[in-house]
Amino acid sequence: MKKDRTPSLLLAALVALLILGLVLPEWRFLGTLAIGKGLTVLGLLLLLRTGLVSFGQGLYYCLGAYAAGTLGQFWGTTDALLLLVVAGLAAGLAAAILGILLAAYRGIFFSMLSLALSMILYGLLVKSAALGSTDGFNLPAPTLFGLPLVSHDSRYPLFVLACVLGVAAALAMHYYFRTPLGRLSPAIRDNEIRVEYLGASVRAAVHVKYVIAGILAGVGGALTGMTVGHIDPEMAYWTTSGEFVFVAILSGTGSVAAPFLGSFIFELVRTFAYEYSPNSWQLALGTAMLLIIVFLPAGLWSLVQRRRA
Amino acid sequence: MSKKLIVPVALSLAAIAASAQAQEAPPFKIGVVTFLSGAPAGPFGVPARNGAELVAEALNDGAMPAPYATKGFGGRPIELVFIDEAGGTTKQVSEYRNLVQRQNVDAVVGYISSGDCLAIAPVAEEMRKLTVFFDCGTPRIFEDASYKYVFRTGATGTMDSVAAAMYVKEIKPNATKIAGINQNYAWGHDSWNDFEAAIKALMPSVQIVTSQMPKFLAGQYGAEISALLTSGAEVVHSSFWGGDMEALVLQGAPRGLFSKSTVVLTTGETALPKLNTRVPEGTVIGARGPYGPFAPDNAINQWLVKSYEDRYNVRPTYPAYKMTQAILGIKAAYEKAQAANGGKTPNQDQIIASFEHLEFEGPGGTVRMALGKGHQAVLGTAYGTVKHENGQAVVTNVRYYPAEKVNPPEGVKSEDWVKTALK
Repeated sequence: MKKDRTPSLLLAALVALLILGLVLPEWRFLGTLAIGKGLTVLGLLLLLRTGLVSFGQGLYYCLGAYAAGTLGQFWGTTDALLLLVVAGLAAGLAAAILGILLAAYRGIFFSMLSLALSMILYGLLVKSAALGSTDGFNLPAPTLFGLPLVSHDSRYPLFVLACVLGVAAALAMHYYFRTPLGRLSPAIRDNEIRVEYLGASVRAAVHVKYVIAGILAGVGGALTGMTVGHIDPEMAYWTTSGEFVFVAILSGTGSVAAPFLGSFIFELVRTFAYEYSPNSWQLALGTAMLLIIVFLPAGLWSLVQRRRA
Repeated sequence: MSKKLIVPVALSLAAIAASAQAQEAPPFKIGVVTFLSGAPAGPFGVPARNGAELVAEALNDGAMPAPYATKGFGGRPIELVFIDEAGGTTKQVSEYRNLVQRQNVDAVVGYISSGDCLAIAPVAEEMRKLTVFFDCGTPRIFEDASYKYVFRTGATGTMDSVAAAMYVKEIKPNATKIAGINQNYAWGHDSWNDFEAAIKALMPSVQIVTSQMPKFLAGQYGAEISALLTSGAEVVHSSFWGGDMEALVLQGAPRGLFSKSTVVLTTGETALPKLNTRVPEGTVIGARGPYGPFAPDNAINQWLVKSYEDRYNVRPTYPAYKMTQAILGIKAAYEKAQAANGGKTPNQDQIIASFEHLEFEGPGGTVRMALGKGHQAVLGTAYGTVKHENGQAVVTNVRYYPAEKVNPPEGVKSEDWVKTALK
């Protein structure tokens, strides 16, 4: 059997990221943001490998952010780890409950139902004046064990936390794919009936994967909220979920690192489009994305794979 | 030379002129953020961008009337960088950081959406960059927090609602049935809550017959108009803006909504140049401050109307006024700081110190940075009634409300002030 090089490569990537963040301070914010979104896309990758397209990951992304936000805003909790854990738990719990319903659906029904659920959250948040309606509210600056993670001089600590979190999640996902339950993903995508005949419950497996994706989206949302310092219901809007699906396709499902790479490239292209064509950035972004899809149909990760092969 | 070419050529000539000056003094670079795409671009974003371009060029040429006749900011030419405000708060925070870190702007002026303003304010504080909000309305910014680097040269949305209620009391003192139609999002909720509280305080006998909250950007308001018509409301309040407001006018007028009740459109002024006489007579309109038809006949206003019309072939609407006001505010603060610094280039802290509690002249009259520890502007405002004269929609029966009557005093939250002080 070929030696598993992914863990050592991921750890090398972590070291490289930490060094890059040290020498390029102006890219820390974008990097942290890309990891926050990348975590959500990592959850989508799991679902995609199982043959499911969720157009409603914004639900958990937003829920995680609001869980962390309300805790920070109304109870004054600023400890990043606590907020991330609470966000993951809240999103995971919601996914466990909604998963009972969703695990029975496939294809377009799964996609549309997940989208509808996230729009319900959007609608509720828009109506809640105490949470600032569409204006949302600000999050206090996060801390870790009483030490500030962001200040005027440096956002490096938060970037480090995000990198560690991202690599840890990617590693965990990598090992998960090697467990029996993880290996069921492509099997379910290819032929559910055979999986059932093998003695596994497809419904239970889908449910578990949906909860994992929900937890990742919740943590990603909380991390994004902490980075940006502001959250609003737009996070649950269908365009946000659509962006995640788009980034997932752009990244490709080839590796657990792909979502983070794809997410960063997407943010990078978008920010340069804003800067260089303020009047037509959508056109520039769309063109760039279209070219990537046309020339790299298996996603950005195929570039990495091609070189390795 | 074709007319289409004149503008780009003039722009590039201005750029060459500006770069020639730049050798003497480094330009003052301003990041300008307004909607360049999406629903708010047409009514707000583009007039604001036009206003910014016009003012920056005029200042660089020394073509503005007194007290702004000096070139640029105290001799330093102004350079503008534009960013689209579309895309939501996460992207705006990201682009704000880019403006400061990668584009090295000296100040940022912008933000129409209240959500964006709320999100940007703490980031401005973290980045320590002078940031001037020109349009967003939520009073939460300086009432829930205090900032050193953030200023807002436009008044809050509370003023619009309170003045609208005062105007209703003057023109319809015997009205008892009041209704509202506002968009189902923060701006709509806040506007209606303020108006409802103000009208109940000013006219205790009124009864709210219905409050319609259709979806933001719905476009079709047939059902809501029916509800308003059957409610028998004498006055209808609406903070609709842009395409939604135009849709309400175009769909409501043929069905008699505007003849049956007095409709108050708090942002109605932006539709006037475009819809003209299709805005029915008797409609009450506001401009979120003393702008457009409500602006005083001062030299800055005359300059703005004339040069804006010459260049864009349309009357300037309030976003152009508010953008002009924001840039002139920085200029006034900059030059005051420069004078205090013995004529030398002031640093950012000195500009901020002179901006706090500043009084300066804008196209809408005197602006006082009176609230939020000297960071939030107050102005008077006005409302008027539309009348058709010789095929033109004009504003008549204009009433002015001085700043102190329509804004809370320092340290009092707008929400509490509306409920208690107006009685």
